[in-house]
Amino acid sequence: MQHIARRGLAIVAALALAVSAAACGNGGGNTPAKVDVPGVTDTEILFGSHQPLTGPAAPGYSKIAKATEAYFNYVNAAGGVHGRKLKYKYVDDGYDPNKTQTVVRELVLQDKVFAILNGLGTPTHTGVLDFLKTNRVPDLFVASGSRSWNQPDKYPYTFGWQTDYTVEGKVMATYIKNEQAGKKVCHLGQNDDFGKDSLLGVQKVLGASGLTKTDTYVTSNTNVGPQIGGFQAAGCEVVVLATVPGFTALVLGTAARLAYRPQWVVSSVGGDYLTLAGRLGAQGTPLLEGLVGAGYLPAVSDTSNPWIQLFQKVNDQYNAGQAFDGNILYGMSVGYTLVQALQAAGKNLTREGIVAAIEKGGFKGPGTTPFRYSKTVHAGYSGVQMARTTGGKQSYFGKIYTTDDGEGEVKEFSEAATTPPANGIPSA
Amino acid sequence: MSAGSGSPVVSLAQRAEADVTPPPERRGSTLLRHLGYTVVAGVVLYFATYQLEPFRNYQLATMAAYLCATAGLTVLVGQSGQLSLGHGAFMAVGAYTVALMQNKFSDSGTTGSWTLLVSLALGVLLTVVVGAVVGLAAARLRGPYLAGVTLAIAVTVPAIATTFDETFNGDQGLPVYVDPPPESLGLSFPNEQWQAWLALIAALLTMLLLANLGRSRLGRSFRAVRDDEIAAQLSGIALARTQVLAFVVSAACAGLSGGMFGVLSQSVSPSAFGLNLSLFLLLAVVVGGLGSLAGAVWGAVLLVVLPQLTESVTDQLTLSPAAEQRLEGNLPLAIFGLTLIVVMIAAPGGIQGLVRRIARWSRAARKAAD
Repeated sequence: MQHIARRGLAIVAALALAVSAAACGNGGGNTPAKVDVPGVTDTEILFGSHQPLTGPAAPGYSKIAKATEAYFNYVNAAGGVHGRKLKYKYVDDGYDPNKTQTVVRELVLQDKVFAILNGLGTPTHTGVLDFLKTNRVPDLFVASGSRSWNQPDKYPYTFGWQTDYTVEGKVMATYIKNEQAGKKVCHLGQNDDFGKDSLLGVQKVLGASGLTKTDTYVTSNTNVGPQIGGFQAAGCEVVVLATVPGFTALVLGTAARLAYRPQWVVSSVGGDYLTLAGRLGAQGTPLLEGLVGAGYLPAVSDTSNPWIQLFQKVNDQYNAGQAFDGNILYGMSVGYTLVQALQAAGKNLTREGIVAAIEKGGFKGPGTTPFRYSKTVHAGYSGVQMARTTGGKQSYFGKIYTTDDGEGEVKEFSEAATTPPANGIPSA
Repeated sequence: MSAGSGSPVVSLAQRAEADVTPPPERRGSTLLRHLGYTVVAGVVLYFATYQLEPFRNYQLATMAAYLCATAGLTVLVGQSGQLSLGHGAFMAVGAYTVALMQNKFSDSGTTGSWTLLVSLALGVLLTVVVGAVVGLAAARLRGPYLAGVTLAIAVTVPAIATTFDETFNGDQGLPVYVDPPPESLGLSFPNEQWQAWLALIAALLTMLLLANLGRSRLGRSFRAVRDDEIAAQLSGIALARTQVLAFVVSAACAGLSGGMFGVLSQSVSPSAFGLNLSLFLLLAVVVGGLGSLAGAVWGAVLLVVLPQLTESVTDQLTLSPAAEQRLEGNLPLAIFGLTLIVVMIAAPGGIQGLVRRIARWSRAARKAAD
């Protein structure tokens, strides 16, 4: 009896210890904020994010959050927004959906962030949608073009930002239909909603039978030989890639080894010239010649563009002069839109307030097409323009097109681009 | 040939158990006694969840979910003497079953807390089937061969989810629909506290059943088979049946644990149940104290606390970004390994063995003082 009593006691004691250890572990001494909005004080707003600083999506993407932070510091140096400085805590999740679960819980429950900003990745972010909804945390400008972010009925606090993969797919397919007519078209997508949404867009324009072959890859397997070999055997002349930069580079390298050179048409998220050139190295860079991509922000190479000039200046001053590429442009543009939303939400910042401000929409920024934000639409930019790499420079060609993720037609867009305010900080 | 002597893990278990003086005869019902402890632990923890912040409650829930798996594993490895490097795969089976069932319920508009119960039960059931199949193979294998087979399972099962992406949605995984806390608790009732309750109920139930099992005829057969297979057979114990049963029991616990993880994170993905998890589980039960349920509790605590601890250690260190990148993710593994080595040298009975030894010393000291 005594022994079992001891054992039972030991179990209870162990559990109790665990509990008290967990309770004591908090430390920190949370001073209660004046306002009871999590992450917001009179002098500060805290944003959190999960980013692939390591892992299969790190090439290129690991620079995004740093760039957003640099733009925040630029705004902070000018006094912040409504007197509050912007703080940004981004944590590495290695592009692993399971790790995203843990880090986002820590950000929301322990660090008590005001909102999750620009959480990166389709597979990673999809897994935390329900958690963020349950805790009523604004989930702003997800760094992915999945259509999942645009479900205001199901996820009222989640907003997309970049052009979604279906819209992009429709425009890319329109380009193929007009300028690569009669060629055998194939599609390689990531084995998740990223690849699926892109394929859906392409098929909406070319028809389900318009594609000769479709295939997918998983980020946990870096051998894309079978897929590329399959495309080569099927005689694909145009290959649409819905791939992250690391895998775009892998695909190009693998194809070169097989002496296979189709026309590549790459999604905006995997087609940034400088990222790919960095990945392929000096010997691989010639493979990028003639690559066609899509984009919704000004071209990085267009140094006469006022937005590029603004962000380059911020990059030099606040980002330790990191090489200015599409990822930095992306991160800063996200920061710009967020500051617009904060200005619109007003001095009494609440979680409901920022959601309402974004739903009101009307933000004009670096993007070449308008945002779609409204009470019923939580999707970001509405179109893309095609870009081609020639002589080591990625430049836009043809018209800008906008469309929706449904059956809507692909329309030309001709409104003039906006210019940034003189001080580079949007006002309300 | 004695099977036990072939495996270093098993001989560890024998050493750990040898630390214990044989339990004295006791009267009264074992079931009632264990039930009493469970109720006490349940009440203590119930009040504790009210004192904890949401994040701590989430960690407590995670510990409880881990405990289901470590308790089952410690029965398999420590009590029946079979090795499994593939418990993460059993957890995956449970988790994916719960995910698919919950989403089916939600799609057909059936809601209510009972749906979760059905899903979890089905998850456990399916894991039992898988566990029985693996157990049948395992009962014929010894030592490194058994390790090899279970290792293969740990590697292949998550890959199945990636390959059959029509059903399992590849690396992205599946969302798990979970009803919010019942409205009778109030609308502002923290979700994390509700999760902690669910996980604690599962953990306490597992502990109760396993504690009873250990005291039962089957539990004694497990230990007899572990200590000497031939002697056990001579005593009329059906060897293969006993070993398969141990696998089934252990797999059922892992299935429940996996299902709880699906519920806690409201999503399942292959990376959550990779080889790392299987190895961590085994390390946890060995460091905690192989063969004893209290050791499984220590193991579950370690699984939650150690990664956090290493993270705060790395946060304190100012390293070059390159070094930081290399350490990221590897450091917890290294620290876990180091802990394992230190514990094995200093306290072969694991943490629980150490606790017992300290208790014995203090008792001896008391007696000497009397």
